Amino acid sequence: MNGVILSWIMLGAVGLWRRDTRLITRILFPLGALASLSLAVAGFMALGSAAQTLVLPLGLPELPFHQRLDALSAFFLILLGVASTGVSLYAGGYFRHMEGKTLGLLCLEYHVFLAGMTLVLLADDAYLFMVAWEMMALSSYFLVTTDHAVPDIRKAGFLYLLVAHVGAIAILLCFGVMQGGNGIAAYTFDAMRAAPLTPFWASAAFLLALFGFGAKAGVLPLHVWLPEAHPAAPSPVSALMSGVMLKTAIYGILRVSFDLLPLQLWWWGVLALGLGLATAVFGVMFAAVQGDMKRLLAYSSIENIGLLLVGIGLTLIFHVYGKDTLAALALAATLYHSLNHAMFKSLLFVGTGSILHATGERNMGRLGGLIHRMPWASVLMLVGVLAIAGLPPLNGFVSEWLLLQAFLLSPGLSNNYINMLVPVAAAVIALAAALAAYVMVKFYGVIFLGQRRDPGLAHAHDAGRMERTGMVWLALACVALGLFPVFVLGQIDHVAQSLLGTRLGNASADWMFLAPVDTDRASYSPLYFLLAVAGVTGLSVLLVHRLYHGRLRRGAAWDCGFPAQTARMQDSAEGFGQPIRRIFEPFFRIEREVPGALDTRPKYHGRSDDKLWFLLYLPLRDLTEKLSGWVSLLQHGRIHLYLTYTFATLVVLLIFV
Amino acid sequence: MMPAPETTLAIVFQLTQLLLVVLAAPLLTGWVNQCQAWLQNRSGAGVLQPYRVLHKLFRKDAVMAHNASWLFRITPYIVFGCMWLAAAIIPVIAADLPFSRAADVIALVGVFALARMFIALAAMDIGTAFGSMGARREMLVSFLAEPALLMVLFTASMISHSTQLPSIVQALAHHEFVLYPSLAFAALAFVIVLLAENARIPVDNPGTHLELTMIHEAMILEYSARHLALIEWASSLKLFAYISIGIALFLPHGIAAVGDWAGLPLALALLVPKLMLAGAGLALLEAVSAKMRIFRAPEFLGTAFLLAVLGLLIHFLLGA
Repeated sequence: MNGVILSWIMLGAVGLWRRDTRLITRILFPLGALASLSLAVAGFMALGSAAQTLVLPLGLPELPFHQRLDALSAFFLILLGVASTGVSLYAGGYFRHMEGKTLGLLCLEYHVFLAGMTLVLLADDAYLFMVAWEMMALSSYFLVTTDHAVPDIRKAGFLYLLVAHVGAIAILLCFGVMQGGNGIAAYTFDAMRAAPLTPFWASAAFLLALFGFGAKAGVLPLHVWLPEAHPAAPSPVSALMSGVMLKTAIYGILRVSFDLLPLQLWWWGVLALGLGLATAVFGVMFAAVQGDMKRLLAYSSIENIGLLLVGIGLTLIFHVYGKDTLAALALAATLYHSLNHAMFKSLLFVGTGSILHATGERNMGRLGGLIHRMPWASVLMLVGVLAIAGLPPLNGFVSEWLLLQAFLLSPGLSNNYINMLVPVAAAVIALAAALAAYVMVKFYGVIFLGQRRDPGLAHAHDAGRMERTGMVWLALACVALGLFPVFVLGQIDHVAQSLLGTRLGNASADWMFLAPVDTDRASYSPLYFLLAVAGVTGLSVLLVHRLYHGRLRRGAAWDCGFPAQTARMQDSAEGFGQPIRRIFEPFFRIEREVPGALDTRPKYHGRSDDKLWFLLYLPLRDLTEKLSGWVSLLQHGRIHLYLTYTFATLVVLLIFV
Repeated sequence: MMPAPETTLAIVFQLTQLLLVVLAAPLLTGWVNQCQAWLQNRSGAGVLQPYRVLHKLFRKDAVMAHNASWLFRITPYIVFGCMWLAAAIIPVIAADLPFSRAADVIALVGVFALARMFIALAAMDIGTAFGSMGARREMLVSFLAEPALLMVLFTASMISHSTQLPSIVQALAHHEFVLYPSLAFAALAFVIVLLAENARIPVDNPGTHLELTMIHEAMILEYSARHLALIEWASSLKLFAYISIGIALFLPHGIAAVGDWAGLPLALALLVPKLMLAGAGLALLEAVSAKMRIFRAPEFLGTAFLLAVLGLLIHFLLGA
C-alpha cells in the first residue's frame, strides 16, 4: 500500500522534474495506472483476511502515523484502484496536448491526489487522517484550478476550497469529541473505539461527521460546490473527484458511525434517510434542467450521493433495531452502489472529456449527431448511460434492486413511525430512479443523436487509443459488476462481517442467482436475463430475415411530410428539460426572457438557478460581511491601541480567575 | 446433472408460454380495436386485422433516413425482444415459470424501462422535431408511471412476502377470499398506469398522427416496414403484458399452482374470458373518456402515483 503511495509520489516528482509531454503521457500515467491496479489487487487480497496495522516512524513525537487495513478500507481501496486504473490510462491520452510546467505540475498534483485518497482510507489516527484529508483537498483544489486564467474557474475553485475547509473543521471537531479530552495518545482510532461516550456526545460526534463528510460528498445543502467545481476541472480529474473522492466521504461516515462510535441511535438513521432522499430528488431534478454536460453529471452525482446516504440511513435504522441481516443487506446495497457509481460516473466524465477534445464544446445545445463521428465513444458512453439509468442487466440495476429489496423487507420494526416512513421513502427512491432515466435520455440523445447543431461538428474526431483503453476498462467494469453480483456480494460480505458482525450470504446455492435473503422472496439472475433478452432478440432478427427479407433503402426523413428540416428544430437541452422545470417550478429560481409577438429581433433567454444559493448562502455571506465589518471597528492599525486591548483582556481575565 | 422431470415439464411450459404470448398478443389488440369499433357503432375490421397489418408491413422494403445510425436499426429488435420476454414471464396460466426466478417484479419494471430508453433514444436519432418531442413526452409520462407501477407491484409483494411473480400469484390466488383494501387502491393506480404506458386515451391516442396529441406515435414516425411491424407487435405484447400483470395481481383465481398440471386446462379456459373482459373494459374506458392536454397528464399520473403509495401505506398500517 505504502509502496503504491510512494511510487505515485515519485511518478509525480519525475513528471515535475522532466516536464516532457511524451514521457508524462506515454510512460508516467500508464505506470500510475499500473500502480492503481496493484492497489486494487492488494485491496482484494486484504479483504478476506484479518485487519493489519502498521505504525510508521513519522508524524508527531507522541503520535506517530498509525495505519490500519481492514475490510472497510480494503473495499474502498479496491474501488479507488479499479476506477483510477481506467482514469489514469485515459488521462495519458487526454493530456497529450498539454506541455511544459502546467503538465508537470498537473502530473504531480494528480498523483498526490491519488496518494492522499489512499492515505485517507488507510489512516488509523486522527492526525494522519486530517493530514491525508488536506492532502486530498489541496491537491484537488489545484487540479480544479488548472485553467486558472479563467476567472470563473478561480471562483469555482475558491468555493470548493471554502466548503472543503468548513467540512474539515467539522471533521476535526468530530474527532475531538470522540477523543474525549484524554491526551494526545487518545487521537488514535483504537483509543476512540474504546472511549466510553454518552448518547449525547455520540450524537454530537455523528452530527459533526455528517456535516463534515456531507460537505465533501455534496449532501444538501452543502452541495453548491459540486456543480461549479466539476465542470471547471479537467475531465479525468472530474472523474476522480466524482467517482472516487466523494466515496471517501461515504467511507468517513461509515467509519465514524459504525466503527469508531460505540453506539448508534435510531434517529441518526432517520436523519440520514431524510437528508438522502432530499438530496437524491434535488440532484436529479436539477440534472434534468442543465444545459452543460458536466454540470448535468455533477448534479447526477449529487443524486447518487443521496441514494448512498439513504442506504446508510437504512443500515443504521436496521442495526439499531437489531435486524442485522437487513442491516447487512442495506449496507451491501450502499457499498455496491458506491462501487457502481465510481465506475459509471468516471466513465461518463472521461467520455465528456473526449467530446470536449473533439468539439471544444461543453454546452449540449451546440452538440448533436456525434454518434456518426465518434463510434467508440458513443458505444462506451451508451454502456455508461444505461448503467447509470439503472437498467438491467448492467450494474446500476443491481444496487437499485438491493436497495429496494431492503425497503421491501423492512416491515416489523418496533417503531411505527419509521414503518410508515419506509414506503414513502421507497416511493421517492423509485421516483428518483425514473427521473434519472429521463436525465440520461436527454444527456445521450442531445449529445450523440439527431442532427449536428453546429456545422463544425462534422470534423469531430473519435477518442484516441489511450482514451479508448481507459474507457473500455471502465465500461467492462460496469458490465462485470452487472453480470456477476453474487461474486461481488460475497466480497462485500467481509465488510458487513467486520462492521455489523453479520453476513448477508446468498440464499441460493446457484452462483447464477442472486438471492440475498431467501430464494422464495426474491432472486435475480443477470446472466440468464442477458441470455434471454439476447436470445429472443436474436431469434426475432433471424426469423424476420428468414421468413421475409432484409431489404433496406435510404431516403429523406419523413417527419409527417414536413419538407424543411433544420438542426434547430430538434429539442435543445433546455427544451428537453422544460417539462421537469414546469412540474417542479417552485423548486427553481427561474429567469426568463421571452419575446413578444411583434418583436422584430426575438431573443430567448432562460436560466434556472438553485434557490438554496439565494435563500441560504447569500444571506450567510451578507451576515459574515456584516460581522467582519463590526470586528473591523476594533482595527485601527495603531500599536498602542492593541496593547490597550491586551491589557484590558488581562484585567478582565484576572477578575474572573 | 439431469434436471428432475418436474423441472423439464416447467421448462417446456415456459417455452410454450413464450410461443403462445407472441402469437396471441396481436389477437388481443385486434379484440380491443373490434370492441372499440362496436362501441362507436362501426362494424370494424375483425379481430385478425393486426395480423394482416403485420404481414403487410413485413413484406415491404424498409426505408430509413439518411442520417439514421446503428442505434436506430437495432432498437426495433431490442424493444420487441424486451416486450416478448416481459409478456412471457408473467404467470397467467400456471405459476410454474422457471424463468420468472431470473427476473422478479423489479426486473420486470427494468425490462420495460430498458425498452423505453431505447425507443426514446431512437426517436431522437433522426433529429426531427417530432421525434425529440415524442421522446421528451414519453419520458415525462413514464417518470411518474414507472414508480407508480413499482409501488403497485410492491403492495402485492408486501402481501405475499415475495417479489417473485409466481410466489405473488400463488399467494394471492390461494388465500381465503378477502378483499385487501391496499390492493383496491393499487388496482385503481394500475389502471391509470396501464392507460398511460400503453399510449391509450386519455393520455395518448394510438390512432392519431395529430401533432398536438402524439406521444408514442411521434417517436416511431420514422420507422417503416419490418421495423415498424416489430414495434407495433411489441406494442401489442406490451399491452398483453400489462393486462397479464393486471390478471396476475387482481384476478389470479384459477391460475394453476406450481406442480398442478391438472389445473392447466381450467386455467387456460379461464384466461380467455379474463382477457376478453379486460380488453372490452379497456375499449369502454377509452370510449367514455376524452384525450387530455399533455400538461394534464402529469397530474393524472401523479394521482396514480399517490394512490399506489397510499395503497402501500395502508398495507403498512392495517397489515392487509
